[in-house]
Amino acid sequence: MPTSPDAVLRAEHISKSFGDHKVLEDVSVSLQKGELVCLLGISGAGKTTLFNILSGLMKPDSGRVYVNGAETTGQPGKISYMLQKDLLLPFRTVLDNVALPLILRGVPKKEARERAASYFTRFGLAGTEKKYPDKLSGGMRQRAALLRTYLASDGIALLDEPFSALDTITKGAIHEWYLDIMRDIELTTLFITHDVDEAVKLSDRVCILGGSPGHILTEIPVTEPRPRAHDFMLAESFLGYKRKIFEALQL
Amino acid sequence: MTKKLQSITNKLPPLVALLVVLAIWAAATGFSWVPSFMLPSPGDVFEAFVSDFTLLMRHAAVTLCEAFAGLAIGVLLAFVLAALMNRFAFLYKALYPVLVITQTIPTIAIAPLLVLWLGFGMAPKITLVVITTFFPIAVSLLDGFRSADADAVNLLRSMGAGRLKIFRHVLMPSALGSFFAGLKVSASYAVVGAVVAEWLGGFEGLGVYMTRVQKAYAFDKMFSVILFITLISLLLMWGVTLLRYLAMPWERKEKEKK
Repeated sequence: MPTSPDAVLRAEHISKSFGDHKVLEDVSVSLQKGELVCLLGISGAGKTTLFNILSGLMKPDSGRVYVNGAETTGQPGKISYMLQKDLLLPFRTVLDNVALPLILRGVPKKEARERAASYFTRFGLAGTEKKYPDKLSGGMRQRAALLRTYLASDGIALLDEPFSALDTITKGAIHEWYLDIMRDIELTTLFITHDVDEAVKLSDRVCILGGSPGHILTEIPVTEPRPRAHDFMLAESFLGYKRKIFEALQL
Repeated sequence: MTKKLQSITNKLPPLVALLVVLAIWAAATGFSWVPSFMLPSPGDVFEAFVSDFTLLMRHAAVTLCEAFAGLAIGVLLAFVLAALMNRFAFLYKALYPVLVITQTIPTIAIAPLLVLWLGFGMAPKITLVVITTFFPIAVSLLDGFRSADADAVNLLRSMGAGRLKIFRHVLMPSALGSFFAGLKVSASYAVVGAVVAEWLGGFEGLGVYMTRVQKAYAFDKMFSVILFITLISLLLMWGVTLLRYLAMPWERKEKEKK
């Protein structure tokens, strides 16, 4: 896959092994500003390893990662991420959880809280500021985690199966909400998932990671214009994309 | 209303048990099943407590002073050591067995040595309290640090947090519950530790008073000191519970829900 030099996030020729087991082989991904790319992968294809390498938590055996043109291979703190587990700290209020990335960056506590609070309504979290995370529903917790990720980001976020723990109905609702909010907040997003519907519904482009060791099998652009209709999932075009993906996965 | 009723019924069984013990005690002395010079009646003990009250308070002040000083030093040492052991794996491997061994040393056996080395003042008492209180706190802190969510630690790393910030924002708060559990145990050890140290030499303190009344065969006074020490320990443990309540508001809310 070609990587363009003006991409905000660029990973080039990433390979990684654990002992004798090669997990990733020559994986390259690049994201343009404001793009939402889904990385769709079969279990065991090295999604999480790639994720850890992109976020800088893990060093690849070979290959490089660039954020806004500067190399960040093995350096955490440049890209924010979010997992299926919301990882809201149980001992901080929702507001303090969300404000944490700002506080870590040295923003004074009061200012950090004010800035975080200003997003609460837009993220559907109004009224939860002083609550502790265990009082929130699963969907609310994921929205709070997403807001935290957004505040931690410099415009780039990695989401690793962020909604996969939610039930189908909550998931559907959160997708609608997510597409809405994506238009407001300009966030370049790499979205890791194993859910084909989710990938087509949300993304501009679907990269398929597969094989052993994992590599990018193919890349399918989803050209459906935004904002996407609520019944996009029932449209003929939706099925077309799905068919292409299944073919690529050889299902 | 039902909540209030529930809290009464919850407290009922231990209260009844306590009253039964008291009744048996009163009966054993009242019907002279046990001679009164061997076991004083509850009434005698209460009387001794009232008549010796000011004296008890004076001695208690000294013992509490030693207990608090020892506990404070113990907590501080435990905190520093646990933080270092958590940070450096080789320290953890090297020191954990040593920590366990210090716990198996019978304090009563080293107390006379401490007196020999440190004299008859407060120093040997405080040292003994430090030795007994340090371990439960260090171990509970270590367990607490290790209970922190590794993914949460990684998340903070991804936000650019260094070790100190991760310690402050994730490890320390994660360890608080476990820390207070250790502190509760240590608080009760602290008073007993100070009293034991006082037995073996000193001029003031509940332990000194205890050995004096024991030598005088004043068992009513002896019993009143024992009960008094129990009371102080209970109060300290309750104090720790209160501290925990204040320090961990997120836990508090959880209880309200139930």
